Amino acid sequence: MTISENDLARVAELARIRLDPATVTEVTRRIGNILGMIDRMQAVDTSAVTPMAHPLDTVQRLRPDEVTEPNRRDDFLAIAPVSEAGLYLVPRVID
Amino acid sequence: MVSDWETVIGLEVHVQLATRSKIFSGASTRFGAEPNTQACAVDLAMPGTLPVLNREAVHMAVKFGVAIGADIARVSVFDRKNYFYPDLPKGYQISQLDYPIVGRGEVEVALPDGSSKRIGITRAHLEEDAGKSLHEDFHGLTGIDLNRAGTPLLEIVSEPEIRSAQEAVAYLKQIHSIIRYLGISDGNMAEGSMRCDINLSLRRPGDEKFGTRCEIKNVNSFRFVDKAIETERERQADILEHGGSVKQETRLYDAERNETRSMRSKEVAHDYRYFPEPDLLPVHVSEELIESIRAGLPELPAQKVQRFRTQFGLGAYDAAQLAASRELAEYFEAAATGAGDAKTTANWVLSELLARINRDGLEISACPVAAASLGTLIARIQDGTISGKIAKTVFEAMWAGEGEPDAIIATKGLRQMADSGAIEQLVDDALAANAGQVEQYRATPADKRQRMFGFFVGQVMKASQGKANPQQVNDLLRNRLDGE
Repeated sequence: MTISENDLARVAELARIRLDPATVTEVTRRIGNILGMIDRMQAVDTSAVTPMAHPLDTVQRLRPDEVTEPNRRDDFLAIAPVSEAGLYLVPRVID
Repeated sequence: MVSDWETVIGLEVHVQLATRSKIFSGASTRFGAEPNTQACAVDLAMPGTLPVLNREAVHMAVKFGVAIGADIARVSVFDRKNYFYPDLPKGYQISQLDYPIVGRGEVEVALPDGSSKRIGITRAHLEEDAGKSLHEDFHGLTGIDLNRAGTPLLEIVSEPEIRSAQEAVAYLKQIHSIIRYLGISDGNMAEGSMRCDINLSLRRPGDEKFGTRCEIKNVNSFRFVDKAIETERERQADILEHGGSVKQETRLYDAERNETRSMRSKEVAHDYRYFPEPDLLPVHVSEELIESIRAGLPELPAQKVQRFRTQFGLGAYDAAQLAASRELAEYFEAAATGAGDAKTTANWVLSELLARINRDGLEISACPVAAASLGTLIARIQDGTISGKIAKTVFEAMWAGEGEPDAIIATKGLRQMADSGAIEQLVDDALAANAGQVEQYRATPADKRQRMFGFFVGQVMKASQGKANPQQVNDLLRNRLDGE
C-alpha cells in the first residue's frame, strides 16, 4: 500500500494536524516506509491466530457504580480561555 | 402513488443507562444539575486521566441482552470513534465497533390490529454520551455544558425489518417497556434518556435489494418518530416517482414544519478512523454473571401479556396495553384481585382510570385512587350494591379524594335499591303517570315496541335517582306491560 500527498493531506485534516508544506514530501515518504513495513507483516499467515485487542494479556477491571468525584467546576473553568454562566465558551460551531 | 413503495426501516435507539455515576468516571449522572458541576477531570479529558469502566453499566447491558434472548459476548472490546466537536473533549467517543457486548436478539411487538411481529436486533453496544452545546448567543460564541459527557449509553440497533411508522412506534414502545421493566433506564424521552435515529429507504414490493437510505438523527418522541417516518417516506416516494434518485445523507426532523431536511454539514464526509481503545482492556463477561442476571430477571412485558391472556382471558391488545408499563400492570393485578373480575377491571383501568391519568398528566404511581379501592368499587358492581353507571359517580368522588367506595356509597345514599317492593311501587307509579303512553304501547305491534319500552325504563330509573337495579326494572316492566 502506498500513500499519496493528497491522502496525507486528508488524514492530517481529519486529525486536525497542521503540516508544514515544506515537509509534506518528506513526511509522505516516511509514512510510506511504515506502511511498507505493515505490508510485509501482512504477508505472515495469521489464519490460526486469534485477533488481539490489547497487548496486555489481562482483563478489564470494573469499578463499583459510586459517585466519587466532587464538583470542581470553578477550578476547571479558571483554566479555560473563556467561560460564562458556568459554561465553557468556544467558537461558534453551527451555521 | 405512495402505496407502490415498500418502506424499509431500521432503528438505532440510544438508551441512557440509569447508573449513578458515569461510564468511565466517578462523576454523577443526575439530570438537571447546574452546568459543568458534574464534569470531572476524566470527562474533561484532562491530560493523564484514564477511563475506568463502571461495573453496573456492563451488568445493565448484559441484562438487556439476556432479556431479548441475545448472544452475550464473553469478550467485548471498546474502540475510539474519532471526530472533532467541542462537546466531545477527548476528540473521540469511546464506543464499541467490531466486538459489541450484546449480539443478535429479537423482540416481539404487538400491533394495534391485534397481530404481532418479531423484529430482529442486530446488536447493542456500550458507549459514552457527549456533552451539550448551547447555541444561544454568548457574544457570538457557543456555550458548552459537559455534565452529560460520559453518561453511559446502550445503543440498540435493529435489523431493517420494520415496514411502517406504526411498526416503528410499536417497536420503540416495546424497547421502552423492556428497559423500564429491567430498571436499566428511566426511558424519559423528554429528558433525552431515549433517543432514536431512523434509517429509511424505499423499494418496489418484491425487490430483494434495498434502496438508498437516509438517516434521520435524534428523534425524541414516539409521535415525532411516527411523523418523521411519514414525511420522509413521502419525500423519498416523491423523488422516486419523478424519476429522481435519493441521495444518501443525514437529515434532521423539524417538528414545527413537519419536514426532514438535510444537515448541511461542512465537515468532510464522516471518517471516524475507529481503532481499539488502548486505555481499556477487553471486557470479560463470565457464564456465572450471565446466569445470575438471568435468574434475577423480572417477568418481562411479553411474558406478562401471555399470562394476562391465559390467566384472565384478556384480548391481545388489551393485555399489551396493560403490560406496557410495569407500574400499570401491577396496579391492574392488584385491582383485579380485589374486584374478583379481571375483565371488568381491565376495562375500568384502560378507560376510566387511564383517561383521568392522562387528563391530569399523572404517573400511575401518583394515582389518587389506590388499586385496592378500585378493586372494591368493581366488587360492588359485581355484588349488585351499585350499578355500573353509579360506579362512575363513585369513582369520580374517589378521584376527588372523598374516600373509600363503601363510605362514599353510604354517605351519598347510592346503594342500589334491593327492595323489590319499592321498585314495584316505582314501576306502578310510572305506569299510572303515563297512562297515555301505556295505551299507545299496547296498540303498537310487538316488534316495534323497543324504543317505547326504553322510555318506561328511563322514567323508573329517573324516579329512583339511578338507584334501582336496571335488570329488575326491566323484568318488572316486561311483566306489567307485555304480560297482560
